[in-house]
Amino acid sequence: MKKSSLIGLVVIAIAIAIIVSTAGDASSYVSFDEAKTLAAAGGDRSIHVVGELKKDAAGNVVGLKPSADKLSVEFILIDDQQKEQKVYLNQPMPSDLLKSDKVVIIGGYHEEQFVADKVLLKCPSKYEEKSL
Amino acid sequence: MILSTIHTGIGNLGHLLVIISFVAAIASAMSYGRASHLNEISTGSWLKMGRGLFWLHGLAVLGTVITLFVIIYNNYFEYHYAWSHSSVNLAVHYIIACFWEGQEGSFLIWSFWNALLGFILIQTNKKWEAPVMTVFAAVQIFLTSMILGVVLGDIKIGSSPFLLLRDVISDPIFLINPDFVPEDGTGLNPLLQNYWMVIHPPMTFLGFACTLIPFSFCIAGLWKKDYKDWVRPALPWTIFGGVILGTAIIMGAYWAYETLNFGGYWNWDPVENAVYIPWLIMIASMHTMIIFRKNNTALKTSIVLVISTFILVLYATFLVRSGILGNTSVHSFTDLGLSGQLLIYLLFFVGVSIFMAARVWKHIPTSEKEASAYSREFWIFMGALTLCLMAFQVLVPTSFPVMNSIVELFGGLSSLAPPANQVAFYSEWQVWFGIGLALLSGTGQFFFWKKMDKSKIITAITGPVVVSLLISALIFSVAKVNKPVYILVLVAGVYSIVSNGKILFDLLQSKSYKLTGGSIAHMGIAMMLIGIMFSEGYSRVISKNTTTISRDFTEEQNSNNVVLFLNDKKIMGGYELLYKREAMEARGVPGYIKKSYLNDTEDAHYKTANVPIVVKDQTYAQPGDTLYFRNPENTYHEIQYTSLRSGRSFTLYPRTQVNEQMGQTIVSPDIKKQWNRDLYTFVALQSDFDDEFTEWEKEKMQVIQPGEQFFINDYVAIFQGLERIDKVNFVTLDPDDAAVKANILVYGDDGDTLKMEPKFIIKDNNVAKPPELNQEIASRITLEEINPEDGSIGLGIETTQKDWIVLQAIEKPHINVLWIGTLVMILGFIIATRRRYVEFVKMRDKGV
Repeated sequence: MKKSSLIGLVVIAIAIAIIVSTAGDASSYVSFDEAKTLAAAGGDRSIHVVGELKKDAAGNVVGLKPSADKLSVEFILIDDQQKEQKVYLNQPMPSDLLKSDKVVIIGGYHEEQFVADKVLLKCPSKYEEKSL
Repeated sequence: MILSTIHTGIGNLGHLLVIISFVAAIASAMSYGRASHLNEISTGSWLKMGRGLFWLHGLAVLGTVITLFVIIYNNYFEYHYAWSHSSVNLAVHYIIACFWEGQEGSFLIWSFWNALLGFILIQTNKKWEAPVMTVFAAVQIFLTSMILGVVLGDIKIGSSPFLLLRDVISDPIFLINPDFVPEDGTGLNPLLQNYWMVIHPPMTFLGFACTLIPFSFCIAGLWKKDYKDWVRPALPWTIFGGVILGTAIIMGAYWAYETLNFGGYWNWDPVENAVYIPWLIMIASMHTMIIFRKNNTALKTSIVLVISTFILVLYATFLVRSGILGNTSVHSFTDLGLSGQLLIYLLFFVGVSIFMAARVWKHIPTSEKEASAYSREFWIFMGALTLCLMAFQVLVPTSFPVMNSIVELFGGLSSLAPPANQVAFYSEWQVWFGIGLALLSGTGQFFFWKKMDKSKIITAITGPVVVSLLISALIFSVAKVNKPVYILVLVAGVYSIVSNGKILFDLLQSKSYKLTGGSIAHMGIAMMLIGIMFSEGYSRVISKNTTTISRDFTEEQNSNNVVLFLNDKKIMGGYELLYKREAMEARGVPGYIKKSYLNDTEDAHYKTANVPIVVKDQTYAQPGDTLYFRNPENTYHEIQYTSLRSGRSFTLYPRTQVNEQMGQTIVSPDIKKQWNRDLYTFVALQSDFDDEFTEWEKEKMQVIQPGEQFFINDYVAIFQGLERIDKVNFVTLDPDDAAVKANILVYGDDGDTLKMEPKFIIKDNNVAKPPELNQEIASRITLEEINPEDGSIGLGIETTQKDWIVLQAIEKPHINVLWIGTLVMILGFIIATRRRYVEFVKMRDKGV
């Protein structure tokens, strides 16, 4: 075999390996029910769930509690399918959690509990000023 | 209401200049195209016309830049761009930065660089002028169209930076007074008020502009069927572009390291990736062009890579500016509705490139002979391939949002999310490519300068291999590198430094200084690799401890954070930590001022001192004096570190910034730099006594006589007396109203004297008793009653837990190796650029 064809084959093999590994490591946006099914099926991959904090009729966030030592926080998230889930975040409460419109949590189920490693907040931003 | 005149003239001038530059670019492209078709050189009439029009275009772009800058500099807030990107409280260098905060300004700076480079090319290269400048002018048509701001029917072309505020924002005030001009702009985002914002964006756009030069030469070569000669003039610009874009990327990385809290210099954010990918391909194309210059092989590869570099820059622009990244990136631009136009820009040049290349592809000369494994071409080519694979691995996940959109376009449903742990995901692959690059660059250099065969290479390589294994073993035993892949990085990196160092030594001995660029740049890259391995691979959280998350969830978890209470010492990772104060930065006062020494006024930028402000025995303000705060949204937390071993101490000031523009609180680290490591510290969360989670003790009432001593939360306090005041923030006092404050001195920690002034206000026969909060002594007191008969007062005292912060501290070993490596790499690039440019000039002058 010519050396150039061999190199070509190696390059293609690496490219395929990259695609396979990317597909394997890609996370996805799911609901709590799907996440639970995934966890039950033995998947320990981190997934993204998008939701909103639970609020009472007056619009106040309910169920949000920083731990006594302030190093972690628990809160209730409602996903797009309206399912409620208590979420534990092993990080100090992000300072804008209460103000956020949408919360993306990245993590997975540990038995019945959802433990998030990371949260991303989407806050109402004044980036695009529409009024004075 | 403030009456002011609206400066409409300057905006109209700016808009006119944009239109002139757009039309001139079209006309210039057409004239140059015609000249190229007729093969005109230097004096042809079409050529002269194209040149004249390009000058007109470039000067109009320059005029637009100046006009926009004048609007921003003079605070013409009647213009939307000035209003939304600038404010009166900005330092001059940040006013420059405002220019490119918005999309319009950054398009403008990009087309400014293109025009400038076009001028240089017109002056330096007569032979290629017509076809090259045709491509230049064509690109400029697209760039200037982005800021054109013309509406044709339902189609909006470009977004003009010269729009008046009243035309963008509908607010009732404009109905009452169309000439209303706001007194202040909304300002440059405080997070971006950093010196890197002044230098990093223009550098990036200069790098982008440089990719246009090799692309234009390549297209010109394909067009004029002159397949080989374009490489020589294109090569120095490719190397120059490589160093500019590379430096810009590293500046961005350093900026992120200094100001953002994700704990590193590279987060694999889509916006970072979008620039990293074309840079890698650009470096690959530079290498294949060098092979071609040596022995006429790899021409087709060079053409593909040069075109890909430019297309990937356009792709990056599309990703960053179209809004398609949405939630996946922290710092993409907001969508201006230009996505369609950006897509056309991208697809147009993809189409043109494919067409130009396909038309002549089979006529492009190729070399039939197989490159021998003992030839330099083979090794350089392998290096270029590795760079391409590196870029490909980053390109795939970065394009997830695009893939999701395409699937959705065809009615499908795709919810691909980026990998949950991005850093680990990318690093896993990139580290192996890095090892490959180090080995290839170390070995390839031996073939570069001499003819080699099997026996010669073994003799040449044995020395460096043995030396680098010895050095690696030494580092290995001292620094305790233990992970197999990191050992490989170390060995490969040291090998690359040693073998390139040997070549460098030989070159210096033979006084061939101008040829040293390659070996120096490779040594720099190898140092960067080793620096990244140490600082990331052995980055260590020193604020680690274990915690129980919640009463319902008792599994022990590791926490990377510690809680520090004010003035309470805590031991962590070999240091005794002391959180001493919350402070702010005032103009004209060195260092920081404790927050409790300051009283608010109605304007957040001005605060009054309530005690004398003394720094190093010099008094900067007396009680009642007003101080100016350029950035009142910033709070600094003074944290003293004392080493348990040496007893030496130092102080860090991590920052928290309440960023209203972004609707969130941004925390920035403070870094203690030592020769062998950085100590990186940030405040993850700070107590906020106004929030709902603060639990206050029940209010205690106390009646106090003037001059009497009492206690507030165990601190000694003295009531000095009542004082009538004629001004209360945000309250207008009428003649029938009255306001009184109680002067209370509190003796804080370390003999510090604080002042608390609770107020009692009678306004329109109603009584207001706003509580006075002092975070430092964790109390709030209310002036509940005043007894005129004996001058005594009733104070309501509430107390809570001490002020606290949650802190994270990370150690980054040997990060300086990375920064020194980048400087070495840049130096190598500059030497190489010079060499290739001199070569080009020599050949050109011979030809004329």
